[in-house]
Amino acid sequence: MGKRIAGIFWSLLFLAVPVLGVATFAVAPAYDHWLPKDVSEHGASIDSLFYFILALTGVVFIATEVLLFWFMWKYDASQQKGAATYIHGSHTLEVVWTIIPAATLLFLAIYQMNAWADVKMRRPAMAPTVEVVARQFEWRLRYPGRDGTLGTADDLFLVNDLHLPIDEDVLIQLKSMDVLHSFFLPNVRIKQDAVPGMKIPVWFKAREAGEFDIVCAELCGWGHYKMKGRITLEPRASFDAWLEQKYAEQQATQPAPEAPGDLAKSE
Amino acid sequence: MTPPTAATVAPATGHGSTVLHAPRKHRPVAEFLSTYVFSKDHKVIGIQFLFSTLLWFLVGGLLALAVRWQVAWPWSDVPVLGKLFAQEGGQMSPEFYTMLFTMHATVMIFLVIIPILAGAFGNFLIPLMIGADDMAFPTLNMLSYWFMWPAFFAFGASFFVEGGAASGGWTSYPTLSTNVASSPASGMGQTLWLIGLTFVGVSSMLGSVNYMTTIILMRAPGMTMFRLPMTIWAMFITAVLQAFALPVLTAAGFMQLADRMFGTGFFSPEGNVVNNAISGAGGGQPLLWQHLFWFYSHPAVYIMILPAMGMVSDILTVFARKPLFGYRPMVYSIAGIAGLGFIVWGHHMFMSGMNPALGITFMVSTMMIALPSAVKTFNWLGTLWGGKIQFTTSMLFALSFVSMFIIGGLSGIFMAATPVDIFIHDTYFIVAHFHYVLFAGTAMGVWAAIYFWFPKMFGRTMNEFWGKVHFFLTFIFLNGTFFTMHILGAVGFPRRLADAYHYETFHHLQPMNAFMTYCAIGMVATQVIFAANFIYSMFWGPVAGRNPWNANTLEWTAPSPPGHGNFDYQPVVYRGPYEYSVPGVEKDHLLQTDPPNAAASAAAAAAH
Repeated sequence: MGKRIAGIFWSLLFLAVPVLGVATFAVAPAYDHWLPKDVSEHGASIDSLFYFILALTGVVFIATEVLLFWFMWKYDASQQKGAATYIHGSHTLEVVWTIIPAATLLFLAIYQMNAWADVKMRRPAMAPTVEVVARQFEWRLRYPGRDGTLGTADDLFLVNDLHLPIDEDVLIQLKSMDVLHSFFLPNVRIKQDAVPGMKIPVWFKAREAGEFDIVCAELCGWGHYKMKGRITLEPRASFDAWLEQKYAEQQATQPAPEAPGDLAKSE
Repeated sequence: MTPPTAATVAPATGHGSTVLHAPRKHRPVAEFLSTYVFSKDHKVIGIQFLFSTLLWFLVGGLLALAVRWQVAWPWSDVPVLGKLFAQEGGQMSPEFYTMLFTMHATVMIFLVIIPILAGAFGNFLIPLMIGADDMAFPTLNMLSYWFMWPAFFAFGASFFVEGGAASGGWTSYPTLSTNVASSPASGMGQTLWLIGLTFVGVSSMLGSVNYMTTIILMRAPGMTMFRLPMTIWAMFITAVLQAFALPVLTAAGFMQLADRMFGTGFFSPEGNVVNNAISGAGGGQPLLWQHLFWFYSHPAVYIMILPAMGMVSDILTVFARKPLFGYRPMVYSIAGIAGLGFIVWGHHMFMSGMNPALGITFMVSTMMIALPSAVKTFNWLGTLWGGKIQFTTSMLFALSFVSMFIIGGLSGIFMAATPVDIFIHDTYFIVAHFHYVLFAGTAMGVWAAIYFWFPKMFGRTMNEFWGKVHFFLTFIFLNGTFFTMHILGAVGFPRRLADAYHYETFHHLQPMNAFMTYCAIGMVATQVIFAANFIYSMFWGPVAGRNPWNANTLEWTAPSPPGHGNFDYQPVVYRGPYEYSVPGVEKDHLLQTDPPNAAASAAAAAAH
């Protein structure tokens, strides 16, 4: 009898895995421990893929964990009168449980290619809206200025305070001066490492205005944790006004550089 | 195979006048050294690996607690240990935190998981389970252990050099790791890290050639490849992985060392400015390191799980009293994982700036590598179906391996999906994933193996009651610590930040992190039970016979513990390792060495 109680105890402990596991995921969104608000156009396809995989893996998770519990419960030695089943496997089962996951995984692989291509491969044909240069431990920003061209004397320089217009494509030219960094916008579903020696294009279209975090997501040294920036997404008109105001401030506080600045040299 | 006696040694060491010497006295010190320290016996070497790695496991665990402390309560005074590294009265600095997680991963991966699987269990089990008297190259085997010591010293000493131990992450990405100006610990600490890594590599390589040779050439009569237990198949394929992947890491390590010491610039691009100073000549590419590093380190992920899968497969059959379900599919799926394991390294680099089209290629191969893992899981469940399950401590750990590996396997699909990876890459989602595979998977599998083979190692069994307490608490606390990490990852909480709460997106996550840290403290504290049980049982546990679990494989036919040369007879193998509960046979198991039996042959013929 004691052995049966032990069997029940251990089986139920293993049943707690799927029960509490699913409960954790079910409760977390209610406490705002979940995907942060998404304001990008492409984010919906990422989030829906996340939910799709969550549902798919959730079903497999529950099925396999419950089966494990059930076998522990049912085939407890103290409950079995006869000998264990003498079987070495089943060719049919092997075929079934190879082909079904294979087909599912292949489908998943093909299904997601389009979303990936949208974010990382189908670059809009336009000049960069802004250049973001990462360095220990800040985000240096350079807007093209009135002439719309980067690397000229009228470029606007700022640090950590990124503004971009909504409802239109924006193209960021991402660089790093020193070590690896990663340009992470949780609310825009964008992440891209900044690599010394490379110019990497990053693009998106924001749907909604708001002010959000820029996070460094690749270890860049002791101050990695404080490499924080802010991104302000706003309608074109207020974006232009902000740009104009910052440009005026720059003109007022420092004379226009005679030659392109340091950053241009490093190109 | 008997140890050399004084008489056989004397002529070699004498000066031509040995005849005149009186018979030598026993030399206890020399004998102790050759038996327990510089031993060439695979069992002693295996146990040396086991003790060393368990000690480093403790170090790695304490480093993890310090990391957890900072994540839960940033900048608050560290209790007890804070005094040791007090910079500002007991609170840790961000550079210290960076060093902590770098060295936690380094210690756990290079000094615990890899050597405990291949070094400890590979060494101890391979000759015993294939019916050999020792490894093919006993001296190489001894060296594979002693090459770990320079690594122990290099990693250990690096904590005490100026700037502290390496703090560029265990992946050691340039240019943070190559540029001395970019980080306080990028000086001597990083150099020692690279040296330590090289010695671990030498040790692994010596072990790997030995394992392959031994398994191919030294199997007992009748032990065909398809009569090998899964443990040996897993060790064999792991050794192949090591042998082919490791040279790439070694080369990359030397390149990074050269970058740091001679300014070669393999990994540094032109015009790199660190701390306002132009650094080096350039001409290199930081991504090159990532490719080379992951070309080894992704197969290494399988080096860190396959042996545990093999051992768990064997333990499940013993305590379910059933043949392994789908032996050949299990072997093929390990081989499949190993083969595909060489072409998925790019999934660590989806966000790295690598060609996104290449990302798609790696995404497809990564999706497909989930398949053999799924097949293995289904076969484990098939093994339990219809069994007579005995809930021993070892079995509970093995069952939890299956349960936890399901979580770790499924969470991998999220990261393999490149669009989802854009959001969860470098967040706690990945931290949850690899802790489910490496701690909840491999470490639980290792505990299953320790409780299971302890009687063979020391001739005594461990205490079952305290073993179950150890299991229960570890199981609860590990899920408390690691399951919640998935949720942090879903919020986008980045890894490796000394303090993330100043971000608007993450400021509300502190209570959850505090909960996880309490669980982590509980998890480490629980291991006191294990340590006490281990040490007590070594000396005072109940004496085990040759075959305390009624298992089938060859090691259980040898004495416990086996003497030098292992077997007191020549084992001859007549069947596969999983003949449990054969109909018509009186006892419920048929050892691989039991002579052919008419009823068993008939049952086997009917079952196939």
